[in-house]
Amino acid sequence: MSKKILTEHCSTPGIETFEVYRQKGGYAAVEKAVKKMTPEEVVEEVKKSGVRGRGGAGFPMGMKWSFLAKPEGVPRYLVCNADESEPGTFKDHYLMKTIPHLLIEGMIISSYALGANKSFIYVRGELMYVIHILEKAIEEAKAAGFLGKNILGSGYDLELVVQPGGGAYICGEETALLESLEGKRGNPRNKPPFPAVKGLYQSPTVVNNVESIATVSWIINNGGDAYAAVGVGKSTGTKLISASGHINKPGVYEIELGLSCDEFLNSDEYCGGVRTGHRLKAVVAGGSSVPIVPGALFLKNANGEDRLMSYESLSDGGFATGTMLGSGGFIAFDETACIVRNTWNFSRFYEHESCGQCSPCREGTGWMQKVLNRIEHGKGSMSDIDLLVDVSKKIEGNTICPLGDAAAWPVASAIRHFRDEFEWHIQHPLEATKAGAVYTGSVLV
Amino acid sequence: MEDIKPVMFKVTVDGVEVEVAPGTTIIQAARKIGPEVAPPAMCYYEPLKGSGGKCRACLVKVVAGSAKDPRPMPKLVASCITPVQDGMIVENFTSPQVVEARKGVVEFLLLNHPLDCPVCDQAGECHLQDFAFENGTSTTRYEEERRTFEKEDIGPYVQLHMTRCVLCYRCVYTADQITDGRVHGVMGRGDHAEISTYIGRAIDNDFSGNVIDVCPVGALTDKTYRFKNRVWFSKPVDAHCDCDKCCGNVQLWYRGDEVIRVTARKNEWGEVTAFICNTCRFEKKKTSDWVIEGPTKVNRASVISANKYGSNLIKKPDFALKLAESQFKNIDDSRPYVNDMSEIKQSEDYKVLKQINDSYFKK
Repeated sequence: MSKKILTEHCSTPGIETFEVYRQKGGYAAVEKAVKKMTPEEVVEEVKKSGVRGRGGAGFPMGMKWSFLAKPEGVPRYLVCNADESEPGTFKDHYLMKTIPHLLIEGMIISSYALGANKSFIYVRGELMYVIHILEKAIEEAKAAGFLGKNILGSGYDLELVVQPGGGAYICGEETALLESLEGKRGNPRNKPPFPAVKGLYQSPTVVNNVESIATVSWIINNGGDAYAAVGVGKSTGTKLISASGHINKPGVYEIELGLSCDEFLNSDEYCGGVRTGHRLKAVVAGGSSVPIVPGALFLKNANGEDRLMSYESLSDGGFATGTMLGSGGFIAFDETACIVRNTWNFSRFYEHESCGQCSPCREGTGWMQKVLNRIEHGKGSMSDIDLLVDVSKKIEGNTICPLGDAAAWPVASAIRHFRDEFEWHIQHPLEATKAGAVYTGSVLV
Repeated sequence: MEDIKPVMFKVTVDGVEVEVAPGTTIIQAARKIGPEVAPPAMCYYEPLKGSGGKCRACLVKVVAGSAKDPRPMPKLVASCITPVQDGMIVENFTSPQVVEARKGVVEFLLLNHPLDCPVCDQAGECHLQDFAFENGTSTTRYEEERRTFEKEDIGPYVQLHMTRCVLCYRCVYTADQITDGRVHGVMGRGDHAEISTYIGRAIDNDFSGNVIDVCPVGALTDKTYRFKNRVWFSKPVDAHCDCDKCCGNVQLWYRGDEVIRVTARKNEWGEVTAFICNTCRFEKKKTSDWVIEGPTKVNRASVISANKYGSNLIKKPDFALKLAESQFKNIDDSRPYVNDMSEIKQSEDYKVLKQINDSYFKK
């Protein structure tokens, strides 16, 4: 069994209640932090741990915290990004509904470290029952003196607010989230200024993912060095992976970063292998927006070395042969999956979720979706493939927020690795549009 | 006492250096140099705070961030929202990457645009026409159906053509910053986002007409001017009046001696210099309402300048003559004449003409 940091107590009955969570050593980190440590010391521990943002970008969390501007007389805010809506990612949902106090505890310590007296948890609107769970947990923590005025007699005040979102993927982008939190239309802001300087209500703000914040209490209890000892290289600690698709055991797994991809896919502790009787065709390693790769390139990189579940190893080979760990939304496809149909499905999602603010993303996502729709339904032409590549290039990097990149990468990578399947769809429209028809020429693992 | 010199930043755009105050954006620095290097802008509008960053027409390449840190910026940046640094080197029209990206932006903006210029009131003064003509290609690769919207009436003065909209948000900022209450905004997301009023309300406000002037395309047009004339057939003159609501400085657009349209004055970047009230814009359509100052200076390259104010007398620039000269070809008169020319060739007139002709086309 590998190290469990976040999910250690998840199977304990009643862990969602304050009493059970407290019995299991919960809120000890809050006591330690607010009574024995200065905010700077907390930031220092998190920096030492090397924990990287778990929302997808993988930016070191301690660094993000130290960038926070601290002008006199201006409030600072901590916002927890719980607007998890990337297709294939459902780890925060699991964490919040199973062990809500872990997030609340992390929020208290993080807010203390950043000097925020009012912090927000922005939860996607579809998860109304999770919002009720979190609100109940906050009430319990408040009753026990861990929240509210003068926490544990330290003189530190904190108010925690749970805010439901309206159900928009774009509000997971941090500046769109802040706009939405302010009650405006969830359009991403132009950067600079970054949220660390001008964020919520034009005040310095830190936006962190649920999983990132949930690691903080363990780091305070056990020290940043202990956290940094887990994992491999610059990918320290553990990561929650939402495994779905054609595997025997879909679910949320906590892995130690640096676990081999082969073990993650095939061991019974995790995914339990590809669906029995089928073979692996392709993998989306970190949520729908990362490049899709053939199964062979997921297990071994282009040089034939084993790939590991870590930020560095998965992105080895760049866009040509690599992918990304992203938010940890692992989706496996076996030989029955149609890559064209799947790419069209992803692009449909991005067309629907584009905010419509900047022209490349607004128009480009719709264009790609329509062309893919044509190819999928047997009305494509060979020039459409190059057209898709060109359109994706013109979106990538030219937009306000990363949604443009997220929409462009799956299409570009699917064509890069599965071009023959697209060509087969175009050249054999009658065959390809039959129900359940799948291209049989793919290299399987 | 020593003079305190204000700190000025040196910026280079397309090889031309300019000194600007800190806090200036790249596009403003480029505009200071001149229209030759100024990036196009479809959404950025200097008088409107917060505008810009959306259309991506003004993307430029920063090849050196500053003198202190001369690393290039990894992505193309929107020049309208990126402040300059001392020693920054920017490539605009000289960068193939920028030219290519801009071609893409033109294509994206025209993707769902109806291209109904022949019936559009904005044609001739449309920023999208200029932008596409200067930076785009003449063909499209788009085969799909263009998006359409349900028609919506947003009031007695302003006509909304949502299909033409490029979602620049200028009218939203205008309503926020110029009028005393915004009733319209952007509804929906992605390529189905649309400008609309809140549950069918009419835009009714003393300064609401300004959304017509800020609209870069024909999405918001003047209902009192609809289908009356093409802009290049009308004559703009500067005029003013005493108005208790606004500055009263306007442009009158004449057809014959009839005022067919009143608009605010614009600078060379197409930005309104002073916003005007609806009374001036929609009600005062008689010459007697105004004090005429004189013809508006119109850019020589603009189609509006065609056939007026002695534009035929304007000396053509040298390069046009040189171009004509370089492409000139002698008429090949070795072809056999169809008619019998022998009689004509005998005439005195022909001989004179031939002489003149030969002297012109000497090799």
